[in-house]
Amino acid sequence: MSTPDPAYRRPIDLKHGRVDLAFGAGGQAMAQLIAELFARAFANDYLARGDDAAVLPALTAGERLVLATDAHVVSPLFFPGGDIGSLSVHGTINDLAVMGARPLYLAASFILEEGFALAELARIVDSMATAARAAGVAVVTGDTKVVERGKGDGIFITTTGVGALPAGRDPGGARAQPGDAILVSGPLGDHGMAIMAQREALAFESEIRSDSAALHDLVETLYAATDASAIHVLRDPTRGGLASTLNEIAAQSGVGMLVDEASIPVSSAVQSACELLGLDPLNLANEGKLVLICAPHATASLLAAMRAHPLGGGAACIGEVCIDPQGFVQLRTCLGGRRMLDWLAGEPLPRIC
Amino acid sequence: MSTTGMRYVDEFRDPQLAAGLARAIAHAARPRRNYAFMEFCGGHTHAISRYGITDLLPANVHMIHGPGCPVCVLPIGRIDIAIGLALARPDVILCSYGDCLRVPASAGLSLHKARARGADVRMVYSAADALALAQREPRREVVFFAIGFETTTPPTAVVIEQARALGVDNFSVICNHVLTPPAIDALLGAAATGRDDAPHLDGILGPAHVSTVIGSAPYDFVAEHHHTPVVIAGFEPLDVMQAILMLIRQVNEGRVAVENEFTRAVSLTGNRKAQALVEGVFERREAFAWRGLGSLPHSALRIRPAFARWDAELKFALEDRPVPDHRACECAAILRGAKRPSDCALFATVCTPQTPLGACMVSAEGACAAHFSYGRFRDRERAATTGTQP
Repeated sequence: MSTPDPAYRRPIDLKHGRVDLAFGAGGQAMAQLIAELFARAFANDYLARGDDAAVLPALTAGERLVLATDAHVVSPLFFPGGDIGSLSVHGTINDLAVMGARPLYLAASFILEEGFALAELARIVDSMATAARAAGVAVVTGDTKVVERGKGDGIFITTTGVGALPAGRDPGGARAQPGDAILVSGPLGDHGMAIMAQREALAFESEIRSDSAALHDLVETLYAATDASAIHVLRDPTRGGLASTLNEIAAQSGVGMLVDEASIPVSSAVQSACELLGLDPLNLANEGKLVLICAPHATASLLAAMRAHPLGGGAACIGEVCIDPQGFVQLRTCLGGRRMLDWLAGEPLPRIC
Repeated sequence: MSTTGMRYVDEFRDPQLAAGLARAIAHAARPRRNYAFMEFCGGHTHAISRYGITDLLPANVHMIHGPGCPVCVLPIGRIDIAIGLALARPDVILCSYGDCLRVPASAGLSLHKARARGADVRMVYSAADALALAQREPRREVVFFAIGFETTTPPTAVVIEQARALGVDNFSVICNHVLTPPAIDALLGAAATGRDDAPHLDGILGPAHVSTVIGSAPYDFVAEHHHTPVVIAGFEPLDVMQAILMLIRQVNEGRVAVENEFTRAVSLTGNRKAQALVEGVFERREAFAWRGLGSLPHSALRIRPAFARWDAELKFALEDRPVPDHRACECAAILRGAKRPSDCALFATVCTPQTPLGACMVSAEGACAAHFSYGRFRDRERAATTGTQP
């Protein structure tokens, strides 16, 4: 005869189980999911306390607080080079990093669809935890909601991050000045094309992997290579690609840009796939690339610093900022003609990040 | 772009060859005359804009955008019937190519906006995807809204044949396929009248992909009846430049011929197999109302009676009615080459690629979208030299 253990709770079946509405209902099932999956994977003292919010230490004197949030609805959930989990960590870290901030903490919200496989959820959460750990950032608080079947798309993740901005750093989209150099940290379009290649209707064989990566270490390297005031704008060219990013900056700063098509790095795999699909790699999303606009005197040292970093091996100087009250971004084509490099119009790639 | 090199593409975008061709064109073009050539295809319009080819041409060589953009010439009434069907019949899944979904139709709607109102409208990358969807969704009626010139017609013919062979009865097609030669005929016929709304043309840059299917022979009438040179050109920038040089030479030498720059893909007779397939499934409509060009006889295709079960127009008793363009929209004149995008009061004000009012602003191949996305910075340069407001 067995003796029942009154404290016994059957563990959640993370191999074969599925998300049901109870996991978001606030009862024991939810507490169990948090304990057995989220708290275990993210393992830190803030989460372990089990409170409603994380109480964080004060910043060093002179530092300012930076806050960013990013919602992730990518389809497919898993793709070469990453998944929605790692992407949700990198995306928010990068939003902080391009403000010059050192990312410190993340909060994560999960919207789960009833019926979603717990094995996939566990894989995604583990991937998030690995990405956060590698970046030296802790996921200190979170939330889980479950929506009825058909009202979600498996899983949506929103991450919010806080970072510390050291004194003297002040990059911003409105700070590009005529004469500044425009640098990119490597080949463009890999993430967008990796996602595109996985789409059911298109699925083609390709070696293209997402470039999803956390950029804060590269940013630190750049600040170590020059005086902070020489770094005018940092941005990660995600949705809309390089084209939209440069137009955003031009509009914010009230300047124009002249970009040289021949100097923009694009891998031949991405270029070939773009030819096939009639897409422009400069409209494709990136999740691990940096656009840097800097004072001309710092160009050489920043380019060298980028190239010396593992995430900047393919860096290039692609053009310069010019006077243009109408904010046109012009491209010198590979044939020597000129055209505009305009915002992405419409939506060639729905839901890619 | 700085890539590690792509065979069969880089060769046709070589900057040195381009510079050589630009010199040859400048040398060949006689300074005392103007050359006005129409690139019929949106693919050429796109290439000219995308690569800034205008900058490589002398000022007296003018490229005039033609009507060869499938979504641009599609009359509003045709989109209206698709929207009407998708909204009225919840069992219908309406599929089409991406650009088609954004074309503005009546009542401020587009297929895209109809989706937000509950219509099941889906983007497909190919006709085959639409048929596959019908097989996956046997309880739904999958309707493929087929558009395009001779290039996209054979794939539509294939899926209709396959639907018959496989007995897929929940699949049907709204056929909007149109034909290139009648449109060229109409344009040059209008040009010959010398009317203000029809530009004089010294030559036609002939279609690339369309010609791979129909061959170069169907353009013979352009030389014979309209006494206008034709050079069929590929869509790569060097193809375009080489073809422009060939057109200039024909004009200079007083020759009128159909020449083929795109010999690596286009033959005299074209793709016979594709032609037979199209012939088997489609027949010519008596007339079709093109946006901009008006009603042109024998200029479009419909599904043959033998395939009536897959003809959505019959299956759902669809009938389109003519719908006028927006009052101030100059799409019609732009499609005829009579006006430039910047001549339109709506251009870059209320009509942009984000919120298109006219069809020419929808597809990247449309004259207005190409000028907006790639060339509108030139308008102020032109304004500065002519003293007009941009």
